[in-house]
Amino acid sequence: MNRRTFKQGIHPLDDGKASTKDNPVRAMRPTGEAVYPLNQHLGAPSKPVVAVGDAVLVGQTLAAPSEFVSAAICSAVSGTVKAIEPRRAVNGRQALCIVVENDGRFEAVSDFDTPRTATQLSAQEILDIIRDAGIVGQGGAGFPTHVKLTAKPGVQLQTIIVNAVECEPYLTSDYRLMLERPEQLVEGLQVVLQLFPHAKGVIAVEDNKPEAIRLLRQTIQGNPRLLVQELKTKYPQGGERMLIHAVTGRDIHSGKLPMEVGCVVLNVSTVVSIWRAVCRRVPQISTIMTVAGDGAATPCNIEVPVGTSYREVLEAAGGMNGEPEKMIAGGPMMGLAMVSLDVPVQKTDSALLLMLEDEVAQYEPTACIRCGRCVRACPSFLVPPTMARAADHNALDCFQAVHGMECIECGCCTYVCPAKRRLTQSFKTAKAAVKQQQRRRAEQKAGK
Amino acid sequence: MVNVSVSPHIRSRLTTSIVMVDVAIALLPALLMGVFVFGLRALLVIAVTVAACLLTEYVYRRLMKLPNTLSDGSALVTGLILAMNMPASVPLWVPVLGSVFAIGLVKQLFGGLGQNIMNPALAARCFLLISFPALVGGSIPAVGNLFDGNLWQGFLSRMTTATVDATSTATPLQLLKDGGTVDLLQAFLGLHSGCIGETSTLAILLGGVYMVWRGVISPRIPVVYVVSACLCIGCMRWLSVGAMPSANYLLGQACTGGLMAGAVFMATDYVTSPITPAGQWIYAILLGLLTALFRVFGSYAEGVSYAIVIGNTVVPLIEKVTLPRPFGKRGAAR
Repeated sequence: MNRRTFKQGIHPLDDGKASTKDNPVRAMRPTGEAVYPLNQHLGAPSKPVVAVGDAVLVGQTLAAPSEFVSAAICSAVSGTVKAIEPRRAVNGRQALCIVVENDGRFEAVSDFDTPRTATQLSAQEILDIIRDAGIVGQGGAGFPTHVKLTAKPGVQLQTIIVNAVECEPYLTSDYRLMLERPEQLVEGLQVVLQLFPHAKGVIAVEDNKPEAIRLLRQTIQGNPRLLVQELKTKYPQGGERMLIHAVTGRDIHSGKLPMEVGCVVLNVSTVVSIWRAVCRRVPQISTIMTVAGDGAATPCNIEVPVGTSYREVLEAAGGMNGEPEKMIAGGPMMGLAMVSLDVPVQKTDSALLLMLEDEVAQYEPTACIRCGRCVRACPSFLVPPTMARAADHNALDCFQAVHGMECIECGCCTYVCPAKRRLTQSFKTAKAAVKQQQRRRAEQKAGK
Repeated sequence: MVNVSVSPHIRSRLTTSIVMVDVAIALLPALLMGVFVFGLRALLVIAVTVAACLLTEYVYRRLMKLPNTLSDGSALVTGLILAMNMPASVPLWVPVLGSVFAIGLVKQLFGGLGQNIMNPALAARCFLLISFPALVGGSIPAVGNLFDGNLWQGFLSRMTTATVDATSTATPLQLLKDGGTVDLLQAFLGLHSGCIGETSTLAILLGGVYMVWRGVISPRIPVVYVVSACLCIGCMRWLSVGAMPSANYLLGQACTGGLMAGAVFMATDYVTSPITPAGQWIYAILLGLLTALFRVFGSYAEGVSYAIVIGNTVVPLIEKVTLPRPFGKRGAAR
């Protein structure tokens, strides 16, 4: 089997996975309150269906999707709804949250975790189950999965790609999931294939995870519609566009959906969540997180009920090892630096990294020497110095003209830059400004 | 308190200083060869030029109340490249003036590292060449022949000769232009007259291989430049003389004069060469064409410095028209 990949990209020096990749996933039972931000997915915020004072059970719906592109939120604990109020979310912003006082008993709704046979369900029934289970993409973006899986008229879906790349350094939660629950992954993928009778399922794994590749190949044996595709290890192969290129050779840009080239990309964890919702009646109420970094006392993988505070996750994982200089929700390339650990874990969260030393703080940006390393690293074939010049002068039209909106914010340019310039920061700011400008213009047009 | 910043939260270990030091290391074989061929006087020229460049950079930043940038190593590299472009016999005030011109005018007045539109060292060389052609354009002969007489004796004389008083001699490139031939082995090793760092093709290639191995440069620009220059020189010579140029002529053109040094160390200057892959092709081909024009039709045998400096000025235009199509938009109509 030939190993495929995409063009350009980088190989980070230290993938940091060694400290956690052999640690089996542990479960945890939180004791503190559970907090559910209503906007923890892409699309419209969910609409609460419980009121303050209501008693709730594990698996009970707390909020329903308010529009088609929105997601349900289910409770991961049993207890009483204490408040529906703005709280600080992991991105540092205030978000309207449902707060559940945890009674510690974890009483579940009646049919919770009981088997169901997927093959007897219709496509629409499966989509409804996925929607009601509140499943969103766990690769990070949190796009509602039922929307992604709704067939577009006139589009023949050919490939369901399972993103098992996990190219971010340090993260091993997907790897552990593949090792420990390969049948769930494969059965979940079969449920998705049931929706698209002409599609085949491809599980894409990088060659730095030979164990997972071997195990998955063994698990899919005898199933002609499934394939495990080995990929050459490179960052950011887990990026949707890069992955589609690596697996199918087809390219999409920011204005195109994977569906348009006959693909749907689902994360490993998302597929397992689909299996749990469809085959075990368990909604998306937990996520597997890697707790690592030199500031974590005992690096590990831990299955966390959604809504638990990061502080409790860290305690359950074994606490800190010294005073970290930086705390990151997610991987080191694209994760968010956190101000406080007193924020809730969301469905899309996959890691908590504690760094005793902040590498970024060791370097001050210096003048660009136009060495072109960023140009050679950019997986989107952009020219970062030109974009940065436009972005830093707030020349938004120019930024768009040099294809700035095609930036996927993977951070490769900033990683390789010998002048330590904060390129990704400029691009994120400029992209947000462009989007805001577009919204404002659209509103003005609508107002006329 | 914890640090908060936008991702990515990790960085490669490479810094500008490391890159510049790598370039300086790559320059060493060529410069050492210059000292070997032209005597200790060459070393003095190198030391004075580098010191003048560093001092100019320091004084300018100090006077303008800007942060000190000596540690980024760029002034060191400019000094070494300027020295490489000086004949060993040059009066010392010439490279000092050149250093002030290179660092003060071409680099700092345009905004410092990364902002200059021309390679500072080459712009300074062009300035000196126009202003003092007799001092900069001429060259002293290489000291002796490596293969004649007592090797050790030859070596000693090479290391100590006071070459300032030596009479100027024609460079191999001038010989070629006047219809002569060159000893290709001598030319390849660098045992002939010329500027300090440009004579030894072997030493320059060694530096180039080091830079490619270290990932400092890609071989694209140097290879395309040299090939394009040789092809263009061949065609133009054929047009001007009416006969196919000999192999000795073409290889001599490649190995002597500033072509190798220019292609490996100056055309690859980050700041003044295109960063787009297609742009690098166009730029290198253009340099070859200009070099050929100057060498074959110009009144002066050498043409690399002018070709590169002129090439530098069109880099922004080249980059503008060679902006790559982003991922997913290749082959698309819009």
